Order: sequence, then C-alpha cells, then structure tokens
Amino acid sequence: MSAAAPTVRRIDRKPGKLVPVLVVTLAILAIWYAGAYWMNRSLALDVFARQKVVPTTEQLVDATWSMERPLLPAPHQIAVEVWKTTADQKITSKRSLVYHAWVTLSATLAGFVSGTLLGILLAIGIVHVASLEKSLMPWIIASQTIPIVAIAPMIVVVGYNLLNGQLGVSTDASRFIAKAMISTYLSFFPITVGLVKGFRSPEIMHLDLMRTYSASRAQTFWKLRLPAAMPYLFTSMQVAIAISLVGAIVGEMPTGASAGIGARLLAGSYYGQTIQIWSALFAASLLAAILVWMVGLGGTAVVKRMGMAR
Amino acid sequence: MTSRGHLQPWIALIGLFAMVALPLDSADPTLTLPRAGVLGWSVLVATALAIVAAIRAEQSGIAGVLLAIAAHLGAFVALHLLPTVAGHPGSGYLALVLTSWLLAWALVSELSAVPRPKGFDGLLLRLLVPFLFGLWLLILWEIVVVVLKVPSVLIPPPSAIGARIATSIPTLAADFRQTFLKAVIAGYAIGCGTGFLVAIIVDRIPFLQRGLLPIGNLVSALPIVGIAPIMVMWFGFDWPSKAAVVVVSTFFPMLVNTVTGLAAAQPMSRDLMRTYAANYWQTLFKLRLPEAMPFIFNALKINSTLALIAAIVAEFFGTPIVGMGFRISTEVGRMNIDMVWAEIAVAALAGSVFYGVVALIERAATFWHPSFRT
Repeated sequence: MSAAAPTVRRIDRKPGKLVPVLVVTLAILAIWYAGAYWMNRSLALDVFARQKVVPTTEQLVDATWSMERPLLPAPHQIAVEVWKTTADQKITSKRSLVYHAWVTLSATLAGFVSGTLLGILLAIGIVHVASLEKSLMPWIIASQTIPIVAIAPMIVVVGYNLLNGQLGVSTDASRFIAKAMISTYLSFFPITVGLVKGFRSPEIMHLDLMRTYSASRAQTFWKLRLPAAMPYLFTSMQVAIAISLVGAIVGEMPTGASAGIGARLLAGSYYGQTIQIWSALFAASLLAAILVWMVGLGGTAVVKRMGMAR
Repeated sequence: MTSRGHLQPWIALIGLFAMVALPLDSADPTLTLPRAGVLGWSVLVATALAIVAAIRAEQSGIAGVLLAIAAHLGAFVALHLLPTVAGHPGSGYLALVLTSWLLAWALVSELSAVPRPKGFDGLLLRLLVPFLFGLWLLILWEIVVVVLKVPSVLIPPPSAIGARIATSIPTLAADFRQTFLKAVIAGYAIGCGTGFLVAIIVDRIPFLQRGLLPIGNLVSALPIVGIAPIMVMWFGFDWPSKAAVVVVSTFFPMLVNTVTGLAAAQPMSRDLMRTYAANYWQTLFKLRLPEAMPFIFNALKINSTLALIAAIVAEFFGTPIVGMGFRISTEVGRMNIDMVWAEIAVAALAGSVFYGVVALIERAATFWHPSFRT
C-alpha cells in the first residue's frame, strides 16, 4: 500500500509479516544450535575420552559448537567461514567464495538468457501454428515429468567432449558452455508453458475488438497478446532462473570442474569438509534468493510501467 | 479446396521428382529409387497418391490415410537402406527422408484440422498426434546419427539404446528398485505427509502462517539438491540418505500449496458451516479439505517430478553400487552413453507413469471440480 493511501483503510490492513518472520527465524536458529549440540555430542565426547578428560556441560556445549568437522556445524561457524572466504580473500583467488559464486552465476545467467529466448520463440510458434501446438505441446508437458537434471551429467560430458575434443574450444569455455546448455535446457520449459498460457490469456472480447480494428496477426500479437502475457512471462522467469541455477550447480559436478558452487559442494563432500559444504549451500541459497527477487522486481516494474498493476 | 492451403504437399512434389531422378548413394550413382525394386516403386506410387490426395481430396480422412501410408512407407524404406548408405548418402536419399517427413507433417496438420469426436475415439486421436511426433523424432534421430556417422560416444542411435535396454534389463530393474521403489516412494510419502500435517498446524496458528510461509516460499526456490552431500554424511550411503533429500525437497511445495488450498473455501460456505454449528474439525473435513484438494494434488504432481530428480541427483554424491543416478554418473565416466540413455528412458517412463497415476487419482478424487466437468 502506498504512503498516499487514505488512513481509514489502514485499520483493516493485515498485521505485518516482519515480526513473525523474525521470530520464526530465531526459533530455527535456536533449534539449529540445539541440533548441533545433539548431533555432534558423541563426536565431542570421543575427543574428550581420548584426552581422558571428563568435560563439564559448558565445555561440552562449547566443543560441539566449534568442531573442525562437525556433523552439523553451528550457524556462527558457517558465518565465520563465509566471512573468511569472502571478505578475507581476494575476489580472484580460488579460495574465495565470491569467485566460485561468480563462476556459477555467469553460467546460470547465460543459460537463463538463452533459455528465455528459446522459450519465447517456441511459445510464439506454438500460439501461431496449430500443428506445432498439437504435436509439440503434449511433449513439452510430458517432458516436465521427466527428470531433466538426471540428463545433466551426460549433456555436460557430451557437450564438453564435443567442444573441447572435436571443435578445439578451450577447457574453460567448453565447461562454461556445457553448463549454460543445461541451464538453457532446464529454463526454457517453464517459460514456454507459462507464455503459451499468457498469449492465450486475452479475453475473446479483446481479440474480437482487435478484429473490428482489422488488426493484422502481427498487430494483435504486439499490441494485445504480448502485453497480456507479461505477468505470466515474469512469473515463469522466476521459476526458470531458480531452476537454471540448480542446473548450473549440478552441471559443475561431473566434468571434474574445479571452480563453481557445485564443485565446491563435491569437494567438500569428498574431504568431509562440512563447513565448506554449508557455506557453499549458503552462497547458493543467497544467490537463488537474490536472482528470484531481482526477476520479481523487474516484473513488478514492467507491469507497473505498463499500467497493469493491480 | 481453398481452406486447406497447406504448403507441404507442393514442396513434397518437388521432393518426389528429386526422388525419381537423384541417386540414393553418393558412392554408387546407379542406385536410384526406381531401381531399388518393388519397395522403391511402392514408395514412389504411395507418395504420388498422397500428394494428389493432400492437394485435391475433399475429405481429409482419405488424405490422412494416404499420407500416413506414404510417410511411413518412405520412412521404412529409408531405414531399410540405412546400412547401405551410412556415411555417404546421396541427394536422392535426402529427398526421400525430407519428403517422407513433409508428408508426416502434412498428416499432423490434417489430423489437427479434424474436429475432435467425444469419448474413446477422441482420446485416440488426441494421443495419435504426439505419438506421431515422438515416432518421427526417433526416426529422424536414427537417420541423422547413422548417416552423418556421429560417434556413439556423443549420441547413440535409438536402435542401439533399444538394444542396450533389451540386454541389460536386470541391471535396470535393480537400479529402478533401489532408486524409485525405495528412495523415491519412501521420501515422497514422508515428505508429502509431513508437509500436509504441518500445513494444517500452520493453518490453525495465524502467527506461524505469517512467519513460516515467507520462509517456505523462499526455501522452495532454493537449490535443495545441494543438501545431498550432507544427507549422505548423516544417513549413510544407502537409500535412506536419498529418501531424506526427497523428503526435504517435497516438503515445502506441499506445505505452501496446502496452506493456500485451506484458505480457498468461500466465506459464504464457511458461514453456512457456522450456521450448521459445525466445529473446527467438521468444517475442516467436510468443507475446507475438499476445497483444498486441487491445490494438494497440484503439489503432489509437482512433487512426483521433484522426487525423482532429487533421488537421482542425490546419488551422484555417493551410493552403494546400484541406483539410477549412480549408473548414470559412472557410465558417463566410462563413455557408455547408450547405457546412460537407457537409464534415462527408464527414468522418463517412471516419471511419466508416476505423474499419470497421481493425475488419475486426482481425477477420481476431485471429479466435482470445474476443470474436469465437461
């Protein structure tokens, strides 16, 4: 609600979300600390037993929250790790989380942009060519039920071999393109499905009005269908960007990549570096939240600019 | 007929002339379709008939049948000649493939124009078009891969994948049992069940609704597959760790959808329940849960896909030596791409059937919903 809204309406305004969200977040943190104590307890007790020390409760709690390789690291350990790998490192360093996040983010964005373009083209084709719709649409819907991420390692390896081995593209570029291909593949489905719905969303009355103006198909498309589809486009873009991030992360696992959030997760799981896994996860979550939020912001801005905001 | 202004038959006509004149095999210029015996002649005749029918016929039924015969006879001959021309196709062979494909496309256009009859015939017709599309995808895939001699390390032809499926059914079955019947089913049931129960609790307490839902929405956009290495650390290498990943990734969509669904009942209906002096549980079971059913089934459908993906990806992080994700990642490493495709075919089939079963249950459970009342 804007600031200029009449004060009378504030009475039936719903109570804010900030306080409950904060309380729930604090509760989650509390449960997390308790869980860290409970899960790491036996590990910590082992250490004390080896030192032949009988720990006080305070010592034990302290030990469970500051272990080198805990089963569940305490939140502050993750925060410290994230701080160490972002602020204390140069951005270009291989130990910097920012560097790894950027490697993943660049592939995500490349895949997202090309996937969005592909999805838009497919949707336009489906809306305008009847035989394309009848034959393609069931497959697009069916393909939603197929575990696409499962194909990811194959696309990565095949694409990588093709580019690096056969076409002589450099190692890094091949890896980048292979990852972007997965992101493209994952992100164009939601865009196509959402946009087809959006292009069909104008009411018959509006389409008839365009016909009374003797508007051509192209005019109807640009002036009615496309604007009407905008909210659908941005909603599906939010889904698409989240899923293309997942694609890029999964794509970093099989080719022996040494950079990127996925590679970081895999390396962490090989060497049992729990804190590294959690900080990579944290980076991935932050990235996902920011990306989805930015697409949502862009959508709101466009829809508002078009005067469609409700 | 002017209304049927398809372009494909006219292009196919050019293709027909090319098929008659041009050689099938660039290594052997004497081999043309008319000299390829009875099969070659029957393709030419069928194609000519189909083109005439597609351009002239008043009834699309006859044109459709002729087109179907010509297109698939052409495809059959093309596949039949495939071993001979592999690596050195002639221009006539290309004309044959392209013409058959154009006829198949014309057939699809023809079928799309037919008004849908109701009942079983309509269902068959609705399934026929995507079936044709899939069939032609496989045919063209096979022809392109074999003719261009694409190394099977990159993309194997469908026939090789089919052969691989046929020879390794025990392995595939074992992987399916490990990944789908154990990890996916268990994780799906637990994740959806707890998501549903928590949603009912959240719905009861408005404070939680305001505090937990934004977080739930956030979490459903996160790359949850990333927790797989942690779950492997906690629950070991076998299927429980995969089931745990499935639980986490199915929990939030269920929670968010159920809470939305529980709010969907009209105020008028709620007031009616109040005038009946219905208590909370009666309102829940007789009004709000039925109203929430479409939302719950939406989550169940989303989750059916998510669960399979989560289980397969989780297996990339370490498993006992069985499982679909394990097989995919190791066979990729050993360059047995046909085995990978076989595994993907199984996964796709399992995913589609799982989704289909949920959709069927939805139809039976929410038969009253407007989207099913036709």
